[in-house]
Amino acid sequence: MKLYEYLAKQILAENGINAGGGKVATTPEEAEAHAREIGPCAIKAQVLVGGRGKAGGIKLADTPEEARERAREILGMNLKGYIVDKVLVDPKLKINRELYVSVALDQQAKKPIVIASAMGGVNIEEVPEKDIVKRHVDIRLGVHPYFGREIARRIGLTGNIARQFADLVVNLYAIFRKYDAELVEINPLAVVGEKLVAADGRLNIDDDSLFRHKGLPETKEGTPLELEVRSLGLAFVQLDGDIAVMANGAGMAMGTLDTLAYYGGSPANFLDAGGGASVEPTAEAIKVLLHTNPRAMFINIFGGITRCDDVAKAIVQVKTSIGIPVPLVVRMVGTNETEGVQILKEAGIEAYRDMGEAARKAVALAKGA
Amino acid sequence: MAIIIDEKTKVLVQNITGNQGAFHTGQMIAFGSRVVAGTAPGKGGQEVHGVPVYDTVEEAVEKHGANASIVFVPAPFAKDAAFEAIDAGIKVLVMIPEHIPVQDAMEIMAFAREKEVTVIGPNTFGLISPGKCKMGIMPNHIYKPGPIGVVARSGTLSYEIAFTLTNAGYGQSTVVGMGGDRVIGTNFVDALRRFEADPDTRAVVMVGEIGGSAEEEAAEYIKGMSKPVVAFLAGKSAPPGKRMGHAGAIIERGRGTFDSKVKALTAAGASVAALPWEVADLVKERLG
Repeated sequence: MKLYEYLAKQILAENGINAGGGKVATTPEEAEAHAREIGPCAIKAQVLVGGRGKAGGIKLADTPEEARERAREILGMNLKGYIVDKVLVDPKLKINRELYVSVALDQQAKKPIVIASAMGGVNIEEVPEKDIVKRHVDIRLGVHPYFGREIARRIGLTGNIARQFADLVVNLYAIFRKYDAELVEINPLAVVGEKLVAADGRLNIDDDSLFRHKGLPETKEGTPLELEVRSLGLAFVQLDGDIAVMANGAGMAMGTLDTLAYYGGSPANFLDAGGGASVEPTAEAIKVLLHTNPRAMFINIFGGITRCDDVAKAIVQVKTSIGIPVPLVVRMVGTNETEGVQILKEAGIEAYRDMGEAARKAVALAKGA
Repeated sequence: MAIIIDEKTKVLVQNITGNQGAFHTGQMIAFGSRVVAGTAPGKGGQEVHGVPVYDTVEEAVEKHGANASIVFVPAPFAKDAAFEAIDAGIKVLVMIPEHIPVQDAMEIMAFAREKEVTVIGPNTFGLISPGKCKMGIMPNHIYKPGPIGVVARSGTLSYEIAFTLTNAGYGQSTVVGMGGDRVIGTNFVDALRRFEADPDTRAVVMVGEIGGSAEEEAAEYIKGMSKPVVAFLAGKSAPPGKRMGHAGAIIERGRGTFDSKVKALTAAGASVAALPWEVADLVKERLG
């Protein structure tokens, strides 16, 4: 889960990092009031997509009246599909230089990694490798001030700024651990006079850890349909094709999409019906897929923990309750296959055994053949 | 032979009294695994499918010499369960649960590395050495003993591929489920190294997917292997930036794409199948 900048900065500030002291506003009048306290400021759209500056989501204001007008322009703006409903009123900073620092996961090394650069303010992906310092953390040891001092030295910081930077790395890592972060990033980390200020902040939290971070306001990413299906506990991604797809297992679901594409078809979605889903959620998932108005539906099941008879019952339940108005292709093998195939047969649905044959049929039906 | 587990493996089941734990204990016994004990805090003294239940792993290890454990403990408590097993001297740890916080996984891997424990998963279907031992949740009937080593990120897709191998007459030495999470124990390179050293494995099939760089790292290792490798990769049609079910299956910042993986594997001498069931044909071709 990604947090909005204002929340990320609030957490930075609570953990000893100077985040500028900006304030969040939901109306132009509120922005004006904040600007009266703060002085010259930047009005920043609070959205979870990158590149907001280029898209007009950040504007400067010198007076409270200007702040109100700029906030009025930004609030309600559509930024890459997200409607802006909050702005951050941040003090305008006199920046001497911009640094970069983050703590992230290194999947391959299975360790946290601290990344820093003296070249901040741009996408870290665009900074040459030689200008980036990376250091793994032993998760059982954690990050101590020496670790931050060494990174400060390597990116060429000295004196008071180097000392502040070392403390900041310790605090940033503490946030990474405390909030189960996937990424906590300050870019740019601004040098303002003799101080370090987080001019922007990102904090992405591991979804699987949310059970122990109950106080955080939820931010949800995805289309309304994606959010609806995910609320059923299923992994779902909307695509732009016309064949609705359900498979069990993430790899199998991906393999099914690839197979349809290989035969010239165009899948409407990725749906992992999960391992061992029972009749009811499976039926619900099929119903939701039908709402997307596909031209055909393809259900591909290799029964392991998932039982073919359960899936067959779900299909028949949907067929008899609301009907399945589009051509349906079912491929079914594995656990309780015989029972599943029989249940479908009694409902007038033929099941395939061979994945390739079934996929070709689904593609042909979607094309109206 | 086989890798990691065989007929001598003494299996412990953590949370043996839960729904999944109890059901799969029965399945593992039916397959022929030596399930010697189970644990469930507060339920010591009970039995599940004739297997004695203990309160702690240490007691189960003391009394039965269990040396491998399969964990069915819910994700929020999985770190404690893994630490308990590692601390008690378990050497093979199979982590079935999905949704274990990734920082918990990192802590588990750090402790396992120190104690030289082989971790499979998390978010894995487990591993199976047909005819010898199964520690996992895969269906029993789709495998048979033979010379093909299989290592996969995904469960059902690997079932599909193992089944086509079995139907084509190619049995398996061991099938390893790496798990779909970002931070996992045994990865492609670890499994390939073991298969390379296993005298009974003649060829290796790897089932990968988009995201991360595990396949690219495997390609580096494959360059030096004497045994043929056949791969299938899922996610060719997946859009960037979308997490395709597995936490690890996401193309981020242009990395972990299907094309980069196919290119790396092909250049390393592996054969890459376009469709799952073509894997068996390619194995046949490579074994001659």
